[in-house]
Amino acid sequence: MHIPDGFLDAKTFVALDVVGAGFVAVAAARARRALSERAVPLMAVLAAFIFASQMLNFPVAGGTSGHFAGGALAAIILGPWAATLVMTLVLVIQALVFGDGGVLALGANVFNMAVVTPFVGYGLYRLIRRLWRNEAGRFVASFAAAWLAVVAAASTCAVELAISGTIPLAVVLPAMTVVHAVIGVGEGLITALALGALRATRPDLLELAPGGGAR
Amino acid sequence: MKKFTWVALAAALFLGVIVSPFASSWLDGLERVAQAKGFLGRGEGEPLVSSPVPDYAFPGVRGERLATALAGGLGTALTFAVAFALAATLRKRRN
Repeated sequence: MHIPDGFLDAKTFVALDVVGAGFVAVAAARARRALSERAVPLMAVLAAFIFASQMLNFPVAGGTSGHFAGGALAAIILGPWAATLVMTLVLVIQALVFGDGGVLALGANVFNMAVVTPFVGYGLYRLIRRLWRNEAGRFVASFAAAWLAVVAAASTCAVELAISGTIPLAVVLPAMTVVHAVIGVGEGLITALALGALRATRPDLLELAPGGGAR
Repeated sequence: MKKFTWVALAAALFLGVIVSPFASSWLDGLERVAQAKGFLGRGEGEPLVSSPVPDYAFPGVRGERLATALAGGLGTALTFAVAFALAATLRKRRN
């Protein structure tokens, strides 16, 4: 869902560059206060894992592919603010080194994939966990959080394209939402399986997020 | 660094180097919508910043799969290193 330069008009990408920079500044300030020593290597590992996974496009329907995004996974493990930093770093490297996602559109991509996915994913995960505390609830919460995070980011992306005058909202919103509702199933499964594997091997790493983390 | 970090980094490198050359090259969700709705071409102008490794293919490497594997390895290692340095710096600069 990386927006290339040319899809958004100037008012939209400038506004989102400002908004994105604001979120990243707050995330950095919070990380400075709250980052535990054990979180440092975990953030690096998650960033590397998310970068590599984002290269792994899987086919979803005729001629269409999707890949894992990782914002919800990072947020469930690290908390949403640290996840914003991890996702932003991945997006910056993708844009500057690999030409994936526009440089002017970086703020838009940060907003969609480094702000919307972590916060939506984290919020829904915590909500479901509060209501459904057993093992099954854990799987459902991870899956649903990751699925909704991707669909929400796709919808925000559609709104940005519409505000830019690139395409009417009535056309792009359903199209983006439907495609990513399918891609989101992959996102949900990978997120739930990755959290399950982490819980089986290093459950202590799931206690890092503020407020009890991925319990 | 702890064992977990090395094992996890090795797993990420495995994905970035060994698996990535076999990923689907079909259009992703946004590109597909852009193609179907007729605005894909808007994103195909000359890039503002010329990236050193465009489209995840290491320049000057003939085999497509090898070029992708090298790009994946470089990107995964670079992301790990920069994230580690950034997180460590933020932690050190508190107060």
